[in-house]
Amino acid sequence: MERLAEMIPVFGQSLQETIIMVGFSLVIATLVGIPLGILLVITQGNHLFPNKWIYHTLNTIINVVRSLPFIILMVAIIPFTELIVGTSIGIEGAIVPLIVYTAPYISRLMETALHDVDRGVIEAYQAMGASRTQIIFRIMLREARPGIVLCLTIATIGLIGATAMAGAVGAGGLGDLALRYGYQSWDIEVMVITVVILVVLVQLIQSLGNWAARKLKKSS
Amino acid sequence: MIQLTDIHKSYTVGNKQVQALKGVTLNVEKGQIFGVIGFSGAGKSTLLRTINLLEKPTSGSVVVNGQNMLSLKEKDLRNARKKIGIIFQHFNLLSSYNVFDNVAEILRMNRVPKDVIKKKVEDLLRLVGLEDKANSYPSQLSGGQKQRVGIARALATDPEILLCDEATSALDPQTTESILELLLDINRKFNLTIVLITHEMQVIKKICDNVAIMENGVVIEQGSVLDIFSNPQQQTTKNFIKTIFDDNVPSEIVDNIKQSGPAAKILRVAFRGDAALDPVLGTLSARFPVSTNLLYGSITSIKGTALGILLLHISGEEKDVEAGIQFLRDSVYNVDIVSREGGSN
Ligand SMILES: Nc1ncnc2c1ncn2[C@@H]1O[C@H](COP(=O)(O)OP(=O)(O)OP(=O)(O)O)[C@@H](O)[C@H]1O
Ligand SMILES: [Mg+2]
Repeated sequence: MERLAEMIPVFGQSLQETIIMVGFSLVIATLVGIPLGILLVITQGNHLFPNKWIYHTLNTIINVVRSLPFIILMVAIIPFTELIVGTSIGIEGAIVPLIVYTAPYISRLMETALHDVDRGVIEAYQAMGASRTQIIFRIMLREARPGIVLCLTIATIGLIGATAMAGAVGAGGLGDLALRYGYQSWDIEVMVITVVILVVLVQLIQSLGNWAARKLKKSS
Repeated sequence: MIQLTDIHKSYTVGNKQVQALKGVTLNVEKGQIFGVIGFSGAGKSTLLRTINLLEKPTSGSVVVNGQNMLSLKEKDLRNARKKIGIIFQHFNLLSSYNVFDNVAEILRMNRVPKDVIKKKVEDLLRLVGLEDKANSYPSQLSGGQKQRVGIARALATDPEILLCDEATSALDPQTTESILELLLDINRKFNLTIVLITHEMQVIKKICDNVAIMENGVVIEQGSVLDIFSNPQQQTTKNFIKTIFDDNVPSEIVDNIKQSGPAAKILRVAFRGDAALDPVLGTLSARFPVSTNLLYGSITSIKGTALGILLLHISGEEKDVEAGIQFLRDSVYNVDIVSREGGSN
């Protein structure tokens, strides 16, 4: 028990690192993923800006990236990571692959959320003479808000999982803690506590996301 | 107001061509309520959607308010569309906006000043009878109320034309009635041209001035509602009218009539409210040695004009029957011989 008390700052430190990595990658991955998700929807067959070429290119790239497990992706893009942040280890070294891993995921989820916006509603505004940009920003994104919130919730939880693996490149965080104490030193207590913290974190985020989506969903 | 000329539209589904419209020509006058009726898949929605070019015809010309719609650039097309309102079967309201914002959003997009929007939306909500629902969300409204929001939204840009794609098909008969009243009301108030599609003859009967009957991508018959009801030519039209005048003659009666002599006939007599029918039938039996027998009779109001339909069994000597029919033809709106050999139509 005493030893665990000593460990509190260590847990605090790891939790903080996890939050930094998740937060930072989430923001950037969202900034990249949402526009890509919009593109994926509007370039389709009979949508606002049909463009087979853009759609198929984007679709293929996203599929390729999404089919790689995070740990492999992280290793595979080491040269790219070094090019961007100058290192492939530590928190910075982990954030780049986390973004590359999460952005396509977010764009896929966004695609689904935006697809759920009723075509009839979009058509109604086209018929009233709204421009395509107005339809994207004032109709689609607004109507899809509950779906977008849920999509970001799922992406955040996915990121926490990936962040744990980023411990492998010495990025720190809860995953790294569990790996160092639990796997390498067989310290069951630390491992269990780490797991508990992770579970609580994920629960919190999911509940928060569900709550926000419900708030936004005035309909149904 | 709207001239559609020789409109063709085909879709490619997989490697098959579906011809949704095969040369449709329509002319809608300003201030008219024009109905298009047809069975599912006849091409009604496709036709309606070519008016505002939601659907681009494969060939043909679309002229709305003197403008050739197919030659417009995107921006001009958008401006032209602002003058063509549309309402839908499933309302297509924004679920994340309340009633006020559902009506207001298109005005905000058009950069109308805030105070003007407020006044305008309040006026529109009063017009459709929803002034106390401004803060409700669509999910809190009944179908009829949702359609009222749809109508208010469609009128927000001061359109000259209102397109209605089965606007009452998702509503119960009473609500349908009240929505039709509202459409009639705004048609009169703003001299708004309305094109509505439906598969219910009741809707046509209640508010339309003119009607086109569609089948398999072509208009098989069109004209004033009174004319079409009095004297339908095509079988499909007759079938639609049967939903209002159920004038099928039971086969036992037809058999009886067969036995009453070779000259016996069943006549479908259409008369308008202003034609005095009693003296006509009286004169018929007084002047001609024929016997008449009323098989069916019904009278209905078509947008204010009464239209009566009678099925009359007439028998006697052949020449007397002929003369009697001629007399009827001269006296009432329309006479159709339903059965020559006594066969039911
Ligand atoms: N986008 C499309 N792609 C392929 N075929 C289509 C498309 N839209 C309509 N069609 C076909 O065109 C024909 C006419 O369809 P339309 O929707 O105009 O009929 P409708 O008279 O409005 O029927 P309903 O009463 O069911 O609404 C149908 O055979 C339909 O399958
Ligand atoms: Mg239809």
